[in-house]
Amino acid sequence: MPLPIPTHLELPSAREAELHAAFWEQMRSIPRGEKIQNCIQCGTCTGTCPVSYLMDITPRQIVALFRAGYLEEILHSRAIWICASCYACRVRCPSGIYVTDMMYALKRIAISRRIYPPKFPVYALSRSFISNIYKYGRNFEMGLAVKYLLIASPLKLLSNAVFGLTMIRKGRIAIRPTTIKRIHEVRAIIDRANQLEAEGA
Amino acid sequence: MEYAYYPGCSLEHTGKPYDLSLREIFKTLGVTLREIEDWNCCGATMYMSVDKIVGFAVSARILAQAQNMGCDICAPCSSCYTTLRKTNRHITWNEHSRRIINEALKAANLVYDKMVDVRHPLDILVNDVTLPKIAAAAPNSLGGLKVAPYYGCMIVRPVHHFDDMDDPDTMDRLLGALGADVVEFPDKVRCCGGMLMTTYEEIALNLNNHILSCAEDYGAQVIATVCPLCQMNLEAYQKQINERYNLNHHIPVVYFTQLVGLALGIDPVKLGLDTMLIDAGDLTVKPKTARVAV
Repeated sequence: MPLPIPTHLELPSAREAELHAAFWEQMRSIPRGEKIQNCIQCGTCTGTCPVSYLMDITPRQIVALFRAGYLEEILHSRAIWICASCYACRVRCPSGIYVTDMMYALKRIAISRRIYPPKFPVYALSRSFISNIYKYGRNFEMGLAVKYLLIASPLKLLSNAVFGLTMIRKGRIAIRPTTIKRIHEVRAIIDRANQLEAEGA
Repeated sequence: MEYAYYPGCSLEHTGKPYDLSLREIFKTLGVTLREIEDWNCCGATMYMSVDKIVGFAVSARILAQAQNMGCDICAPCSSCYTTLRKTNRHITWNEHSRRIINEALKAANLVYDKMVDVRHPLDILVNDVTLPKIAAAAPNSLGGLKVAPYYGCMIVRPVHHFDDMDDPDTMDRLLGALGADVVEFPDKVRCCGGMLMTTYEEIALNLNNHILSCAEDYGAQVIATVCPLCQMNLEAYQKQINERYNLNHHIPVVYFTQLVGLALGIDPVKLGLDTMLIDAGDLTVKPKTARVAV
């Protein structure tokens, strides 16, 4: 990925400064989040990651790019969406950095700013997952899969239909969502937590 | 022995055999599971990707209900297990998180001010019920069945609460005590890709191919899992993996609780073994001929 070499006399753009502040806010909300400053660029995170070989930028490079003022580029990468959250990097990092939680922090910033790599609508999955919780209180696996495939790759709906039918026959998938009895409690908790966050409580 | 049971969404449907077999073996072993009434989704890894504090507040509803029941939580799904434990960690670590979460719970007339421990059934079986007691309760032996114990990620990482993070052996010891021939399995904690099977199938097929091949190379006849998502990824996609890589994987992937249930002499149908996608019906289980000292 060819990036311009930053000139050290230049201040970061207003956009980069804003993203930088948002990123720090996220990292401070994670236990030991500030430890990202202790990164020694050893690459252990990348080495232990089972999927780093498919990432456009690796976990080690993410920290390096952040330091150099390229958060915008990080947010546009596929890497943060490829992370499967297996925590291998997190338990291996010699500097005790919570790399997996850093990936979540980046996902949150990207989702809140609607920055996604092209043709990769993972956000759609996350969004319908959480809207299911608000609607029903529980996850609705089939609804989620169908909704996701409709956006991501409608052609796959056909090939997955056979699998879906097998699962229905085996009694291992529900065709209708279950709504919990006291769904009002879940909604009240979500609404109140959102409100408190918006107020910056 | 009593636990607040949190099955989680997967165990209602895709992981139904896990739910069935877990309830059966706990009943047989005299462990009481009281299902948390009207439980909600823990938010899983998805809520964390959108909004962390709101996600933790959602999962705190489960913890608050368990607090009222006065016992530890038993959470069989690895993702629920980690999410609930992470919520606890944030509440103890950060005053700000604790305040927002508790304010939000108040909107549902709930309080969470005592820490409820979140336990995995594998931990409960081996460390609370204990191996000698389980072996003594088993009329059958797993008869040298070659099992690859697959632990996946989230019960040993990010925090290895009850086992080693590189080479866990709790399940090895449990199944070994019941007569299984537990094979060497270097991929026992390698990631199955989790949700990548939906979002980035190519990558997940590759990851699962590694794990299946490793189990087969080391002579396993069956893979035992502890997580509904791992189980699904390893079992349901063998056909796609075979087509993609021109291979012929065909290995049953069952829940460790189903194997324990067979040793305990429970009917395979009650353990949900008839609902597996790859027939696990011919797993060899023999009546014990002699008591094996553990």
